[in-house]
Amino acid sequence: MPAPEQRRIIFQHIDEPGYTNDIDCYIRNGGYEVLKKAVTRKPEEIIEEVKKSGLRGRGGAGFPCGVKWGLVDRKSGKPIYLIVNADESEPGTFKDRYIMHQDPHQLIEGTMISCFANNVKQAYIYIRGEMPHGARILEKAIAEARAKNFVGPNILGTGYSCEIFVHRGAGAYICGEETGLIESLEGKRANPRIKPPYFPAVLGLYQCPTIVNNVETLCHVKFIAEHGGAEYAKIGTPGNTGTRIFCVSGHVQRPGYYEFPAGTITMGQLLNDVCGGPLPGRNFKAVIPGGSSAKVLRFGERYKGKRKVGADMVDYDWGVEDVPMDFDSLAMIGSMGGSGGVIVMDDTVNMVEALANINAFYSHESCGQCTPCREGSLWMKKITTRMVHGDARPQDGALLKSVADQIPGRTICAFGEACSWPTQSFYLKFKDEFDGYAATKKQPKPDNALELV
Amino acid sequence: MNLKPETLQRIDEVITHYPVKRSATLPLLHLIQEDVGFISDETIEWIAAKLELQPINVYEVVTFYPMFRRKPIGRRHIKVCRTLSCALSGGYKTCETFKEQFGVELGETSADGEVTVEFVECLASCGTAPVVLIDDDLHEKVDSAKAREIAAKIKAEAAKNAPVAR
Repeated sequence: MPAPEQRRIIFQHIDEPGYTNDIDCYIRNGGYEVLKKAVTRKPEEIIEEVKKSGLRGRGGAGFPCGVKWGLVDRKSGKPIYLIVNADESEPGTFKDRYIMHQDPHQLIEGTMISCFANNVKQAYIYIRGEMPHGARILEKAIAEARAKNFVGPNILGTGYSCEIFVHRGAGAYICGEETGLIESLEGKRANPRIKPPYFPAVLGLYQCPTIVNNVETLCHVKFIAEHGGAEYAKIGTPGNTGTRIFCVSGHVQRPGYYEFPAGTITMGQLLNDVCGGPLPGRNFKAVIPGGSSAKVLRFGERYKGKRKVGADMVDYDWGVEDVPMDFDSLAMIGSMGGSGGVIVMDDTVNMVEALANINAFYSHESCGQCTPCREGSLWMKKITTRMVHGDARPQDGALLKSVADQIPGRTICAFGEACSWPTQSFYLKFKDEFDGYAATKKQPKPDNALELV
Repeated sequence: MNLKPETLQRIDEVITHYPVKRSATLPLLHLIQEDVGFISDETIEWIAAKLELQPINVYEVVTFYPMFRRKPIGRRHIKVCRTLSCALSGGYKTCETFKEQFGVELGETSADGEVTVEFVECLASCGTAPVVLIDDDLHEKVDSAKAREIAAKIKAEAAKNAPVAR
């Protein structure tokens, strides 16, 4: 069965010839019409539409956006803040970069609609420090929007005022975690906060109610405000509504970003039909489906269990190619949809080296606040590094698993899970490669071997 | 500390973006690093005074975020992504090429003070791997051949800007 057609909602104009990030181009294509209508409606109506839509946040966790907005403490009398989480730093994910670079006004319009719906007077776009060009584009776009009265005081004469500012990070992955991001925005180290009870919706930025949404999520809000929650919910599958952007990288013929109704495309269709299959003469070996912290899947393995289809429970028996690319199906087979970053590895990849590369990333990025994460991530890196440098010990595979098992659930934020899942899953799925490493370490590398560490 | 008038103006403007002055710490560090090239002890004290903080409050931020530098670097800054998708597409070879072309080790500045080569974590452009950030510009699909081309261009520009030997 061939892959379904792409349905580009968020990426509708991205890569379109002649489409620029200029406000005039955006307005020519119908831009800011949704905001104009939105500010004449009751804010609660927009929140209701978002709830109805079933929109799940696109930052990685897939938390329902309407529920998140519903948690906001609106009675405290304190200002409510909205922060756009543009600190996309999960390896394998690169969708937000293109939205900000090529269609910044879509993000600004979505943000302003969300601000209006939640009575927010002040919003910040927290963008990765590594994207200085993106930050300049956003600043220019906000200035353009302000000049046309879509941002700033008394928006479109409605009496509603709201400001947006761009805030640049400085290279720390943990700023993508919402409470780490808030600490960073307050001018401190990005150490995530203990939660609950301090959900940002209740006590966030400056101890005020705060909404933190991903760039892509806010663009979906714009679509929902335009077409209604019910229309949006018709796209995709129940529980996984709307479209999903997949960022495919690694060993496929056509890496890139692709937008499909959620749950309508399988991994096999995405990698073979859409991305052109493996590189010439090679075979797929493994895939990480939702950013580098998601658990790795092995080609050739079967995933079995029961799932709900309508009212019935049915058996499933899937190979990697058969898995629908949605949050729930990927969770059923022990991984996750995460931020949509699909990293593909073919048979030239040595899995110990690949894990060593991932471990180097996570040990570098641990904020250091919790001992299991700080020490554990570094320990895992040390083990995999010595393995690839030819100093493997026979017990290293088992030790790696033991360290990884001690981290999750023992840390303040989900980074503990993020750094242990790769090690746990790589070891589980490719145990032979890890356990055999000490014995094979002196063998020469094949000619086509990659250097990953 | 001699900051350009436009930097000072921008600093005063940025502080107004936040209801709490401390929030301007990262923006001020960026602005000063862009102007002066690195973050000195004097800068830390200056920012602390400006934002009504203790110097330790600024110092702990500087040491946490990898993009802030305590020492000057070369006039051009080459940052090669070393994370998985780029590594799978040959990022390590790209980095080796840059090191060879400028005769430097990682994190070092070339003898003429022109170029610093570094490995950095994910630059969020995995679909066009391997990627390299040179100063503020992202370069995509930089294999070894493209790295040599870029290096040649940088060398030519450096030669043009260099003072004429007497």
